[in-house]
Amino acid sequence: MTAVDPPALARSARRRRATRRADTAFRLVTLGSGLVVVVLIVAIGVFLFVHATPAFRKAGSSFFTEKAWFPDNSPARFGIAALAFGTVLSSIVALVLAVPVAVGSALFLTELAPRRLGRVVGYLLDLLAAVPSVVYGLWGIYYLVPRLKPVEQWLDRTVGFIPLFHSRAGIYGRSLFAASVVLAIMILPIIAAISREIFRQVPRADREAALALGATRWEAIRLAVLPYSRGGIVGAVMLGLGRALGETIAIAMVLAAAFKVDFHILEPGGNTIAANIATKFGLSGGAGRDALVASGLVLFAITLAVNVVARGVVYRTGLAAAEGKP
Amino acid sequence: MAKRIEAGGVTAWFGSFKAIDDIGLTIEPKQITALIGPSGCGKSTFIRTLNRMHEVVPGARMEGKVLLDGEDIYGPEFSATDVRRTIGMVFQRPNPFPTMSIRDNVAAGLRLNGVRRKAELDDAVERSLRLAALWDEVSHRLGRAAASLSGGQQQRLCIARAIAVEPDVLLMDEPCSALDPVSTLTIEDLMSDLKDQYTIVVVTHNMQQAARVSDVTAFFTIAGADEPGRLVEVGATSKIFTKPDDERTEAYITGRFG
Repeated sequence: MTAVDPPALARSARRRRATRRADTAFRLVTLGSGLVVVVLIVAIGVFLFVHATPAFRKAGSSFFTEKAWFPDNSPARFGIAALAFGTVLSSIVALVLAVPVAVGSALFLTELAPRRLGRVVGYLLDLLAAVPSVVYGLWGIYYLVPRLKPVEQWLDRTVGFIPLFHSRAGIYGRSLFAASVVLAIMILPIIAAISREIFRQVPRADREAALALGATRWEAIRLAVLPYSRGGIVGAVMLGLGRALGETIAIAMVLAAAFKVDFHILEPGGNTIAANIATKFGLSGGAGRDALVASGLVLFAITLAVNVVARGVVYRTGLAAAEGKP
Repeated sequence: MAKRIEAGGVTAWFGSFKAIDDIGLTIEPKQITALIGPSGCGKSTFIRTLNRMHEVVPGARMEGKVLLDGEDIYGPEFSATDVRRTIGMVFQRPNPFPTMSIRDNVAAGLRLNGVRRKAELDDAVERSLRLAALWDEVSHRLGRAAASLSGGQQQRLCIARAIAVEPDVLLMDEPCSALDPVSTLTIEDLMSDLKDQYTIVVVTHNMQQAARVSDVTAFFTIAGADEPGRLVEVGATSKIFTKPDDERTEAYITGRFG
């Protein structure tokens, strides 16, 4: 039988009370941090709704069909059609350009490159991701846009029968295409860096399973690496898309602003929601600012929709894998 | 068709660390050869030189000869992928392709070899799964993901995947060390069934397992922490476990070290 010495018991009880107080403090601090996030989201939502409502009311349903942007005129004439079109199309073109290169370079860095080269190029990739977008904008307008012209002309000559690659006026330059190329270059390092981390997570056992069957390096990538990484790659692409949709300053600098819904992306002119907000905000009156906030709400809705779809895709591919449906 | 492996002077490094030194071992067809020894003695490294999986590890290299029925698997006329298509391997942890179906896992090796006809693939899948004693458990759900199987079933699936391409040799690197005792016995029975058709080499930590399943046992050991693994002795399993020639073997099998 072990007798507990009462003072010792009292001491340990006192000690426990002290830890319980620390516990409570910890719980309150974390609860507070959680609440801050909720409050922020609510505050942003309320702000967007309060300012956007007058604009929505003024424009009515034409807000979604009108291409022009004259919110301060009387009568006011403004709508999201051209802006949303430019935002979505430039981001899609950027993804089409960036994803293959990003995933390819990530595969090269993890699977093929000699280790030291892989590390050096990996650093460069991270550096590229850290370049501020205003620098991309400057570089885009002074360096890239003039040098893209021959590429655009070549595209027009070879596949110009597709409207997407045809310029009716024969002029090129500060086009939605050029903006998409700048966007692609901006999101490339993000997608590549995340993909590289995902490929690194593939267990050695999976790779060896393929190699031991006599798979070549490419076959091992196809059998073991890509299926394992699919969900993560979708996530990386969606992060890139999120950045492309919201990119402001580089687009505002590269693109010659024009409000049109036009698939001739080689022709100069176009606009996106974020770029329009940046360029118009300082010049707008009260009604104009409310209209810009309304466009911001639409951008918020688009990115939200993209995120929901992405989550759905990741969830479904995960589910399909668990159920064995390819 | 089962073939004979003759390894001579096999020395392998990871970077500057010499993992095994001058291993010479002849492995007869249609027998089970067990490689036993304490942790770090190089038995896994050695078995991975037999199908050129050693060179997959960055910085790894080897010297020496490995002949498969007289043909040098490190010779210029073979690539590592050629070798691995005729010398199959099963790993310590079951590693089916997790997102693939059971059927596609078994067919993976055949598809790599260019087999496309569905009937041929289906036949091979059924034959391999029957041989791996898994058919009765999975025949009604071949389309399900391999990840839905238990650990023991996954390991039998890996064996089915390895034998689907009808290799000459089956290498097993501690195939039961991640499994429960019942699954272990199932795999051991399976090994005994398979040895009529294959040359089987099994690395095991479990001496009882070596005693139960193998015909020949090779004992590896290391002299110290930074020393390379060496082959101490090889002989009929019954002899190694009753009256080994080397006192280090005796010390190991009687449980005095390792």
